[in-house]
Amino acid sequence: MASLSTAAPRGIATTEPAWVRYTFTGLALTFLGLFLLVPLVSVFAEALAKGWSLYLDALIEPEALFAMKLTLIAALIAVPLNVVFGVAAAWSIAKFDFHGKSLLITLIDLPFSVSPVVAGLTYVLMFGAQGWLGEWLSAHDIKIIFAVPGIVLATVFVTFPFIARELIPLMQAQGADEEQAALVLGATGWQTFWHITLPNIKWGLLYGVILCNARAMGEFGAVSVVSGHIRGETNTIPLHVEILYNEYNFVGAFACASLLAVLALVTLALKTLVEWRAARQLGNDVPLEARARLAAAK
Amino acid sequence: MKTLFTRSLVVASLVLSGGALADTALLNVSYDVTRDFYKDYNPAFQKYWKAKTGENITLQQSHGGSSKQAMSVASGLSADVITMNQAPDIDLLAERGGLVPTDWQKRLPNNASPFVSSMVFIVRKGNPKAIKDWNDLVKPGLQVILPNPKTSGNGRYTYLAAWGQAQKAGGEAKAREYVGKLFANVPVLDAGGRAATTTFMQRNMGDVLVSFENEAEMVAREFGRGSFEVIYPSSSILAENPVSVVDKVVDKKGTRKAAEAYLNFLWSPEGQEIAAQNYLRPRDSKVLAKYAQQFPPVKLFTVEEVFGSWKKAMDTHFKDGGTFDQVYARK
Repeated sequence: MASLSTAAPRGIATTEPAWVRYTFTGLALTFLGLFLLVPLVSVFAEALAKGWSLYLDALIEPEALFAMKLTLIAALIAVPLNVVFGVAAAWSIAKFDFHGKSLLITLIDLPFSVSPVVAGLTYVLMFGAQGWLGEWLSAHDIKIIFAVPGIVLATVFVTFPFIARELIPLMQAQGADEEQAALVLGATGWQTFWHITLPNIKWGLLYGVILCNARAMGEFGAVSVVSGHIRGETNTIPLHVEILYNEYNFVGAFACASLLAVLALVTLALKTLVEWRAARQLGNDVPLEARARLAAAK
Repeated sequence: MKTLFTRSLVVASLVLSGGALADTALLNVSYDVTRDFYKDYNPAFQKYWKAKTGENITLQQSHGGSSKQAMSVASGLSADVITMNQAPDIDLLAERGGLVPTDWQKRLPNNASPFVSSMVFIVRKGNPKAIKDWNDLVKPGLQVILPNPKTSGNGRYTYLAAWGQAQKAGGEAKAREYVGKLFANVPVLDAGGRAATTTFMQRNMGDVLVSFENEAEMVAREFGRGSFEVIYPSSSILAENPVSVVDKVVDKKGTRKAAEAYLNFLWSPEGQEIAAQNYLRPRDSKVLAKYAQQFPPVKLFTVEEVFGSWKKAMDTHFKDGGTFDQVYARK
């Protein structure tokens, strides 16, 4: 997640001859071109293979529109929930000492280390008809999996760490000095949070939200397990892409895939913008995240 | 942030409650390749239902790998009807949670299967390897593409067809030998029928693809008729496409009447005709006669005839350590 390249200091820091530097740069660029750029371009090439009108038709087809709507809903619920959770978790981890802190950090990282398919299956085991809560849910006519709540749950699960992980090093680096000063001057806890902590972390938070959102909209594995694949009811864009592909509807599949590719590009642009703004506001040439990491390491 | 959150909750609750106000809605959980059939069939049924009862009906579809779909229904995906390509996937619902009675297959005519298909060979244009019948598939050096019999109905039918025809010709020992040789010629085992087709048509691997007769037609639509040929072997397996109402779900939702009508309509002349147009062999002899041209006569044997029952076939051949594992491991 963390782009390590941005952490390197500006200017020439090596003494290697020019040809070594150019060879390595060339290698890196070729690799990126072959494995990132070409596939990305091919998505658009396939999507537009039969012309613009078919491309647009594939996008305004009702089932595609529904998939977009559901993807947006899942992200609209998952991202705010993770904002609240992420800020709370980072706040408590960075500003306080308590028992079980390392356990909490480990738990936050769990979704990174668990395969999304496994995450989906655990929800099936929990809420499925033969799962732990299955009988009770079915008796009360509550639908979790194979319905929108299941999709939202799965999305929340896989995007859990993004915001917290972004904020923890930042908040740790900032320390609690300013908050303490505010408290000493008579501010309430809420005022301190609102006027001191939040402005301090705002760029890091935004950065986390962007990444969280990108993942929420692009998640396939976990959502695929709990979705049930009902067209026009529980299909998100990534699932819709797979179905269309399996139906040999390549234009449709790649048209929808191009939406996700555009999302990736927008995410990238926003991320760069946020980094740039944050760096400017901090009056420092070193990007936000790197600054936090450096400070945290000291 | 707060308003955003509230707003998203409102949107979510609107969507969640949306399902409740619609007319009767049926969810048909089906396997991978029936999409084209139900795309034609559903509007026909909606029209019929409107004319008969004056009600509108919403029909929802869910497609995926057959066994995965069956597991989803067993885990609570509330399917009103389930339409699969082999009986064990519906038997599963009887075994796990009693969603259908064990005798579900007796409730509708023709083993509850409104149309059938069969396994055929798809070869490259001009049939360069001169493949005519099952015996040609085990020639040394030939590459045969078929999906994994453990994970796909398509592969299971292929395996049983290969075994059955060999057993009929020369007994069980011959069948085992034949199947062993056949799988020695398979370079990759894809997980599902669609993936195998993609391997053959798009990745251009293999000399022959064994698949359903109706899948061959799908290939023709998508890749053009000039790019391949369909070869009918002298005998093959009767691949039934069983359907059932999911009793527990329809009784709870109160949709039994509509769900049963939906399935019964499959046997109507109109339903049978739509099946024929999608290259599924209709049960109705009149409709079959009308489309005789596209269904060359093949000697078809059933799973029950050769293997006793689906359960026996599954237990002997596809269990861990079963015959398939034995012949495939020997490769």
